[in-house]
Amino acid sequence: MAITTGSGPSAGEDATTRERNLPPGEIVEKRAPRGRTARFFEAWPPSVLLALGWILAMLFIAAFVEILAAYSYTAMDLRARLTPPVFWGGTDVRHLLGTDELGRDVLSRLLYSIRMSLLIAFFGTLIAATLGTFLGILAAHFRGWVEDVVLMAIDFQASMPFLIIALAVLAFFGNSLILFICLMGFHGWERYARISRGLAISANEQGYAGAVRQLGAPAWRIYGRHILPNIASTLIVSMTLAFPETILLESGLSFLGLGVQPPLTSLGNMVGYGREYITRAPWIMLAPSVIIILTTLSISIVGDWLRDRLDPTLK
Amino acid sequence: MTDTPIVPPADRPLLQVRDLARAFHVRRAGGFFGRPATLHAVDGVSFDLRRGRTLGIVGESGCGKTTTARLVLGVLTPTGGRVEFEGEAVPAPGTAAWRALRRRMQMVYQDPLGALDRRIPVGQQVMEPLAIHGIGARAEWRSRALELLDAVGLGATFFARYPHELSGGQRQRIVLARALILEPSLLVCDEPISALDVSIQAQVINLLLDLQARFDLGFLFISHDLKVVRQICHEVAVMYLGRIVEQGDPDQLLVEPAHPYTQALVSAIPIAAAARRRPRLILKGDPPNPVDRPAGCSFHPRCPAATARCLVDIPALKPLPDGRLVACHVAHGEAGARPRAAA
Repeated sequence: MAITTGSGPSAGEDATTRERNLPPGEIVEKRAPRGRTARFFEAWPPSVLLALGWILAMLFIAAFVEILAAYSYTAMDLRARLTPPVFWGGTDVRHLLGTDELGRDVLSRLLYSIRMSLLIAFFGTLIAATLGTFLGILAAHFRGWVEDVVLMAIDFQASMPFLIIALAVLAFFGNSLILFICLMGFHGWERYARISRGLAISANEQGYAGAVRQLGAPAWRIYGRHILPNIASTLIVSMTLAFPETILLESGLSFLGLGVQPPLTSLGNMVGYGREYITRAPWIMLAPSVIIILTTLSISIVGDWLRDRLDPTLK
Repeated sequence: MTDTPIVPPADRPLLQVRDLARAFHVRRAGGFFGRPATLHAVDGVSFDLRRGRTLGIVGESGCGKTTTARLVLGVLTPTGGRVEFEGEAVPAPGTAAWRALRRRMQMVYQDPLGALDRRIPVGQQVMEPLAIHGIGARAEWRSRALELLDAVGLGATFFARYPHELSGGQRQRIVLARALILEPSLLVCDEPISALDVSIQAQVINLLLDLQARFDLGFLFISHDLKVVRQICHEVAVMYLGRIVEQGDPDQLLVEPAHPYTQALVSAIPIAAAARRRPRLILKGDPPNPVDRPAGCSFHPRCPAATARCLVDIPALKPLPDGRLVACHVAHGEAGARPRAAA
């Protein structure tokens, strides 16, 4: 499904360019038989609608997990250990997605994990984007030694495997949720810094930013009103690409036992602790894996679509 | 150059440029290992400009026209000489004084699409200078912007359009409206029409002349189109490798050029009537690299009339009997020796 609908937007673009090249009369002729539904799906491709729906559902779960979850994520029922899900031959309707090795309800833990993982990925991405964009613009504005320092930090960050940095930080400072989120925010900032520095320099050297500076605008206005809105679409797209990466990184670190610590739970944490039961009770790690895949895929699809929507010249 | 005598403010030129120079540090070919060198983009340029008058600067690419414009506007800091605008030295770029001065001097660009923010409706961009300088009440900005749109011949319907929805000429009008909303007294036009269609060029030229009469603007008009320069400029300066080689009345200068370089430029103007056609002077070779400026008159390697003196002695920009300024030993009859043997 993803493949067929994924080619939708580009096919639609081809159709519009073809129409643009036609004389005006023929455009009307071609437009007329298309119904309202067809036009709606051209603006909102089905893959994007599905992805948006999935993301909204995840946000809804994250917001109302206390109401939605039947059990606490720590509630154990040792007599019902490793119950399979109902569609897996299980009989216990109280545990729709089965239970884990301590008899904890997988569905309830999954809902809490979604909240935790989204929280970490959201704030992590946000911190990385803010930090990176700020440093990039700082480098572009001051040039000289400020730029050299920022570029050196970028190169350092890009050449160090992040997992090693993360392991070192967590080993030295211990583990707390706040520290972990900040660590996630430290991941990938160099990409935003590179993008925003490059775009801000080219805008400053020639073009609209130089023109606005020549009008006498102070720096905050040039960057806040002109350069940032112009480079925002690029930054938002890289944010949507980095968001899944942050989820995967969080999952990876939690899988290694360095991320979210029990009794707290996250998607990666569930996968990590479920691996010991992969042969006897694969549902423990399958459920969070599916959520990770679908969420990251949805965000990538929406990000791609958003880039086109944010550009007024493509409307 | 001699110091200008003290004149009462009313007669003082809008813009006084004296011995303006700008050098850039570059590396010669060879990338990182290239030897450092100094590029004299502008070297000892002087001129005056009065309110309501137009000074044209012409020359081939890389002769320092745009650098001169940027120096005049204070976007670049000169490495020598000075620029005085309305009797005051132009402050360093980025300072509050420099920003305040933008109200008095504005710029029009070669590429109007690049100079406009494509995400903002053009009407908003026309009124942005008012917001930047905090002029008037917010409620008046819009009507002021509409007035300016009207002055450049665009209706109120254009207010909400985006730059990519306009034609090249319309975009250039928007840039003009944005520059003029601050009521500047100096407008620096850096090849404002070279990116436009010929039919639209005429419209924009007429618009510039109208606006000059209406707002009493001084224009610094940079171009390589001699016909346009002759049409709108009160005075024209020909630049070659960062120096002015000839300066004077455009009718005089473009009909009877005194400097060999101007002669070659003028002979390149296409003329439809066969009877009035002049022999075309084709210059030998390319303009020298400004990093390796020739000794003596920098034009001598390409000059058909060069003498031995031109190889060693830099000619000064001096007035001819008819009043125009020329920097050429031959034109002043000081060359002495017979023309150099053809190389």
